[in-house]
Amino acid sequence: MLSVQENQPVEFSATLLEKFAEIVSRYPQGKQKSALLPILHLVQADYGWLSSDAMDKVATYLDIQPIEVYEVATFYTMFFLKPQGKYNLEVCRTGPCCLVGAEKIMKHIESRLGVKEGEVTADGLFSWRGVECLAACGFGPVLQIGPEYTFYENLTEDAVDLLIDTLKNNTTQQA
Amino acid sequence: MAEEVVNFKVTIDGIPVEVAPGTSILNAARQIGGDIVPPAMCYYSKLEGSGGKCRTCLVKVSKGSEKDPRPMPKLVASCRTTVMDGMEVQNITSPEVVEARKGVVEMLLINHPLDCPVCDQAGECKLQDLGYEHGSEGTRYEFERRTFERIDIGDKIQLHMNRCILCYRCVYVANQLTNSREHGILNRGDHSEISTYIHKALDNDFIGNVIDVCPVGALTDKTFRFKSRVWFTKPINAHRECTCCSGKVTLWYKGEEVLRVTGRKDEFGEVEDFICNTCRFDTKKTADWILEAPALLDEDSVIMVNQYAQFNPPTVIKEDDKLQLANEEQLARTERLK
Amino acid sequence: MGRKLLLQHINEPGIHTFDVYRQKGGYRAVEKALKTMSTDEVVEEVKKSGLRGRGGAGFPTGMKWSFLAKPEGVARYLVCNGDESEPGTFKDRFLMTHIPHALIEGMIVSSYALGASVSYIYVRGEMMPQIRILERAIQEAKAAGFLGTNILGTGYNLELYVQPGGGAYICGEETALLESLEGKRGNPRIKPPFPAIAGLYGCPTVVNNVETIASVVPIINDGGDEYAKIGIERSTGTKLISASGNINKPGVYEIELGVPVEEFIYSDEYCGGIANGKTLKALVAGGSSVPILPNNLICKTISGNPRLMTYESLADGGFATGSMMGSGGFIVFDEDQCIVRNTWNFTRFYHHESCGQCSPCREGTGWMEKVLHKIEHGQGTVEDIDLLWDIQRKIEGNTICPLGDAAAWPVAAAIRHFRDEFEWHVLNPKESQSRNYGLAHYADPITAVTQ
Repeated sequence: MLSVQENQPVEFSATLLEKFAEIVSRYPQGKQKSALLPILHLVQADYGWLSSDAMDKVATYLDIQPIEVYEVATFYTMFFLKPQGKYNLEVCRTGPCCLVGAEKIMKHIESRLGVKEGEVTADGLFSWRGVECLAACGFGPVLQIGPEYTFYENLTEDAVDLLIDTLKNNTTQQA
Repeated sequence: MAEEVVNFKVTIDGIPVEVAPGTSILNAARQIGGDIVPPAMCYYSKLEGSGGKCRTCLVKVSKGSEKDPRPMPKLVASCRTTVMDGMEVQNITSPEVVEARKGVVEMLLINHPLDCPVCDQAGECKLQDLGYEHGSEGTRYEFERRTFERIDIGDKIQLHMNRCILCYRCVYVANQLTNSREHGILNRGDHSEISTYIHKALDNDFIGNVIDVCPVGALTDKTFRFKSRVWFTKPINAHRECTCCSGKVTLWYKGEEVLRVTGRKDEFGEVEDFICNTCRFDTKKTADWILEAPALLDEDSVIMVNQYAQFNPPTVIKEDDKLQLANEEQLARTERLK
Repeated sequence: MGRKLLLQHINEPGIHTFDVYRQKGGYRAVEKALKTMSTDEVVEEVKKSGLRGRGGAGFPTGMKWSFLAKPEGVARYLVCNGDESEPGTFKDRFLMTHIPHALIEGMIVSSYALGASVSYIYVRGEMMPQIRILERAIQEAKAAGFLGTNILGTGYNLELYVQPGGGAYICGEETALLESLEGKRGNPRIKPPFPAIAGLYGCPTVVNNVETIASVVPIINDGGDEYAKIGIERSTGTKLISASGNINKPGVYEIELGVPVEEFIYSDEYCGGIANGKTLKALVAGGSSVPILPNNLICKTISGNPRLMTYESLADGGFATGSMMGSGGFIVFDEDQCIVRNTWNFTRFYHHESCGQCSPCREGTGWMEKVLHKIEHGQGTVEDIDLLWDIQRKIEGNTICPLGDAAAWPVAAAIRHFRDEFEWHVLNPKESQSRNYGLAHYADPITAVTQ
């Protein structure tokens, strides 16, 4: 049983609802459930993760049962049911990337961030995890960062350091 | 006048049968009956879309049809494969099928807690029967078994996910018999679980049927929990006037007391009618019912203690060394029972 | 240099934009098909081309199209499978990133041929950048009159949408993809019915891989016969190969089917040889699910013939000594790689990606991963190797969808060809933790078997 960690109520913005409507219009009448995955992606991009309240509201919007949303959200690995770091580094851990050093990169990220896979750094900025094949095997090791899913290829330990530093600096500048 | 339907001729383990077009291999085999009927853990004839998942009913199609006699390249799920005219099917007369089924049983059991001694389903558990008939002694699995927390879904039903074989029958029941489905399958792969996600009671007039359709002890009746082993109870068919359902049930007596009410099950373990929660959970006095007669029990059932059915293989098995070997364990058991 | 049909203009600056793509002859196939050909004629050209599905199964595309049911008054759908997730395969990402219009053009022509008025491109959710690229390309094409109502004044209407997945390899299986597109869990459907009869929303549907759809463009432009002239036997045309692993030049290459494997690995036109002066140890020729081959079965088949990059030649010898073309995910292993570790890694992948619907795959993939993990970490026994063999045998062929087979084959092939490396692991538990088994005898020539 998954426990819902934080359960603050959410309210979808007007822009978000507009996007929902556009997505629903892509499918035949009565097949609005097709919009579920794209809508969950949009909600997650806005809130960083999917709370049960957010999922319930999506269910209401699409006129489906909440369980239908939970079933989907727990099946697909891209949906987070608890908060992640602001930058969630997802490193490919599958065969071809491992042939060119993905395991070393993951170890480096772990020691650099000082948190284990799936955990969030104290400042809330970073989390990381190994994910299965990202279909970029010729450019490995690779990692991606949501919600834009920006892609970083041919990683080295130095490149990872640079990336982490840049993301940190960006955040301090924004603040 | 309706057009006359031309039946298809099918042969299963050498036994011919004529069935209506559109019949599945499994249902054709059920029309023949006996040992050549493939076991089915997930298929349920009254639940649309069920079947195909557990893979225990795999059979070999050695001849596709009269028109296209080519055999099918892989074993097929007999519950979801429809017959063709002239089709020839092998179930226990195919060593390949016997072997594959043994594999499926092993897979179903590697993460099963084998807690039959404390499981209310013991004695009428399809997985027990399956393990007994098609499994092997001992396990080759040496890793920690997957575990889940027990969940009460409402005050009448308990979900014991450790025992679940993910047949999806309960989900189909909720989809097809109730207005709003509140439970479903969460997560994926071997972490999949039946759940409501957020603790939620399943309260709906017909939700109790998830207990009857569950082939294992994953969904059990809390009003019957630990009251008695099923083989100490006596099933009596009874009925009552009910505004919700047919009111046709089986009462399970221990002495004078009705410990449990279930739907009436046929020889393949399927209920004849789905019954409502009021009949199942809240109507447990003899005075509420008009008793009919003792319920017929499955010969294999442990409730029929010491009356195990023997394995009666078709003659072809007796004449073939390979098939003898494939069915070795079943034959040996019959010997032991003599 | 081999002919390039898909990547001909790959180095053209701005080829991802409509204008440059159009300048380079793009959208000619749409004009030709919609204005001068009947839908049946388009299907006929694809049949003549001998094009086979580029997603992995290699089923003839024209034949698949001709199975599509066409009941009156029922919508038909074309769905493009862009859920590229097979380890070792990254050609579709490459194509969608750099020449998105090739896919859009292919979608228009194919949708026309199949009589679809709404089509979807299902792209795996992780490829958000590619989804944005495709959506922009669709807008450009629509603005230029190649999509929408009354395309090029021919009266043909088509809307094209991009649908993101959510992170699930299984959605590359066509019926799981359709389930996902309907907003459900990616559980493969039990067949029959096949999508050609009842697919998306219960309507007749064709699901084709990205590269397959893009290949329809040159087929229409030059004619099916011309396309069929490229390649050997039943392997016609060109194929995108994703080359990765320990090679000098990993990347996506378009080859004419029939190039010798040896040339593909060692020539500078393609992989450029094994990286860092090492020796080739093993090859996975078509994505992680196809059987792995040891060095001495890679460049030559067991009969002593040169092995070619064709569906037939890669499969020469069956599973005993051959492999498969699959999706063209070409993963090269050098002498420093450990086959046991890699097999464990692949099995972890399939375990992670099993949908959990049917029992042999749900339970068996996890079991195999645990046994392999044990062996890889020096705690295995010789019996574990036999157990592993038995588990994969009980998964293969007994599942609802091909993921079971895909999980079983790599394990079977690894044990078949590298059994002594597994045995070395269990017999030398300590040593196996500190060094690799290396090349061993895997490059030793084997005597050709002649019939």
